[in-house]
Amino acid sequence: MSLAVEDQQLKTEDRAGRPAWMEKPKPITQAAKAVTLTLTVLMVILPFWVVIATSFAPGDQINDNGGWALWPREWNVGAYDWVLSNESTTRALMVSLGVTIVGTAASLACTILLAYALARPGVVGGRIVMLMILFTFLFPAGMIPSYLVVYSLGLIDSYWSLILPTMVNAFNLVVMRGFFQGLPGELFESARLDGAGELRILLTIVMPLSKAVIAVVGLFYAVGYWNAWFNAVLYLNDTSKYPLQTVLRGLVTQGDGITKEFSNEGVLTQAPQAIKMATVVIATMPILLVYPFIQRYFAKGMLTGAVKS
Amino acid sequence: MSKIDRLPPVREAGGEVGREAEPPTRPAPPPPPSPASPEPGRRIRRKGLGLGSSLRRDRALLLMMVPGMAYFLVFHYGALFGNVIAFKEYIPFVGVADSPWVGLGNFTALFADPLFWRATVNTLVLSAVQLVFYFPVPLALALLLHSVSWARARKFVQSVVYLPHFLSWVILVALFTQVLGGDGLLNGLLGGGDGKTVVDLVGNPEAFKPLMVVQLIWKECGWGTIIFLAALHNVDESLYEAAALDGAGPWRRFWHVTLPGVRPVVILLLILRLGDILSVGFEQILLQRDAFGPATAEVIDTFVYYNAIVDGHWGVSAAAALAKGVIGAVLIYAANKFAHRLGEQGVYR
Repeated sequence: MSLAVEDQQLKTEDRAGRPAWMEKPKPITQAAKAVTLTLTVLMVILPFWVVIATSFAPGDQINDNGGWALWPREWNVGAYDWVLSNESTTRALMVSLGVTIVGTAASLACTILLAYALARPGVVGGRIVMLMILFTFLFPAGMIPSYLVVYSLGLIDSYWSLILPTMVNAFNLVVMRGFFQGLPGELFESARLDGAGELRILLTIVMPLSKAVIAVVGLFYAVGYWNAWFNAVLYLNDTSKYPLQTVLRGLVTQGDGITKEFSNEGVLTQAPQAIKMATVVIATMPILLVYPFIQRYFAKGMLTGAVKS
Repeated sequence: MSKIDRLPPVREAGGEVGREAEPPTRPAPPPPPSPASPEPGRRIRRKGLGLGSSLRRDRALLLMMVPGMAYFLVFHYGALFGNVIAFKEYIPFVGVADSPWVGLGNFTALFADPLFWRATVNTLVLSAVQLVFYFPVPLALALLLHSVSWARARKFVQSVVYLPHFLSWVILVALFTQVLGGDGLLNGLLGGGDGKTVVDLVGNPEAFKPLMVVQLIWKECGWGTIIFLAALHNVDESLYEAAALDGAGPWRRFWHVTLPGVRPVVILLLILRLGDILSVGFEQILLQRDAFGPATAEVIDTFVYYNAIVDGHWGVSAAAALAKGVIGAVLIYAANKFAHRLGEQGVYR
């Protein structure tokens, strides 16, 4: 809601955005604010930059610095070659992509259906179901009970163990239900008068109007699956099935499978550090690519559904 | 899941009762000829409609609930039954049902275990440190952002500071090691490097707590501003205007209008944090536990993991997790009661 309100507010404000009654801020206050915010932004960006620069830097430069680079002396894509041709990282990349795509689709389908049914006023059993879902916030299932469920379902070492235990997120469900409840009721009335069934109403009327919330919730799910690291440690014994984050973890802390490469003159051509950082960049890339497109939906989607009281 | 993620649903819990109790706002349609042939507007509850016909009326919606509810029943409510192994000596090959009961034996063993108390102390101290040094930061940043009137700059900063929330802890730890670790940027800039270590904040037990807090601030403080910004935007603009016309300067407006506007949210978040006082960033700490050593970095959640899954003491670990869960639920309840005493809304009514 914050950002939605912000949009409306912009129209009534001048370019400086100051209402008439507000006094002009002192230059020193403004300067302090500008400096603080600039530093904040730089502190967020700096670690990204160091990682990107290191991933492209030549081996001897990284070695001379002791493991990092702020500006590559020459831009070298060798580390990316290594990561994208290495068997274990490419397989992990595929696992992560598969789990993210299948998982997000399954999660969205379940969440949309359940949220839609719970958003209709007076549906039989709706209240008790909602209370059951909200109770999971107060008392979440712990790691050991979840493990026992996955174990008893025979899902250990199955890719489904990376999807099913986190398939519906109660927060996302509540956000989506709130959004559906905010849609004007007349839409449903007229559709039902035309004889449309619930599924048709959902697919042809509700979903096209809910692109924003679906995009945001879809992003939350996709990020969750893509970033998942621990569930693979917990549920998979077969390390060849590990997703990217788990492989990245082994690569960064133990240097799993990285060998130093030297030229004929004995100069380090490919620093292990560059390979690690290139893997970090590749593991971050999908989020960085999708983020700007979804980010504008934060205003419309998430907060109108969630923050209303 | 961060604190902010949990917020709105719990508030929803408060609103839930009120909403359901409200009379339907849509006009009631004419009664249907028979319950078997549903009519428009049938969703509105009518007196005298039996359970059977309600079920028939809502069968499409009930079918839609099936996949999602199956998930909650199996992976949450089914999993809750797994907690019985806290009272059993769980043997994986025998299964949960056939493992022998041991009464409170696991709890006695747990409370006699100095490693558990070490983990508990570490958890409580880290929670307290986070409460003092992390909790105010998103509020401060939100107040700062809110006071920026140049909308473009504000939106740009927001886009940047929200981003780290979407990174995994694995990546975050890699980023921090690259900047603050023994082979990292800071060490190099301070004259180290090439095997010489001047500063290594990743792995130095003394730096553990500050580093955990700094990581949390870096990752979540931007995202944490959202809830405060929403509260700040909900403050009625005319209150500021009226205060300004009455001669209140920026500072007094901040004190008498802005702060009361965010107070309910602050109290709400404090309650949730209190209920969560026994959890401190499981993944974050598990990833760095070995670098700092268990003496500094073992918390209750990592204790449960290592004790159960790695060492096979299932029953004792389940006892620890169950105790933690019950205490958390009780703390939320108590904090909420306390908030009501203070005349605040709290999480639920």
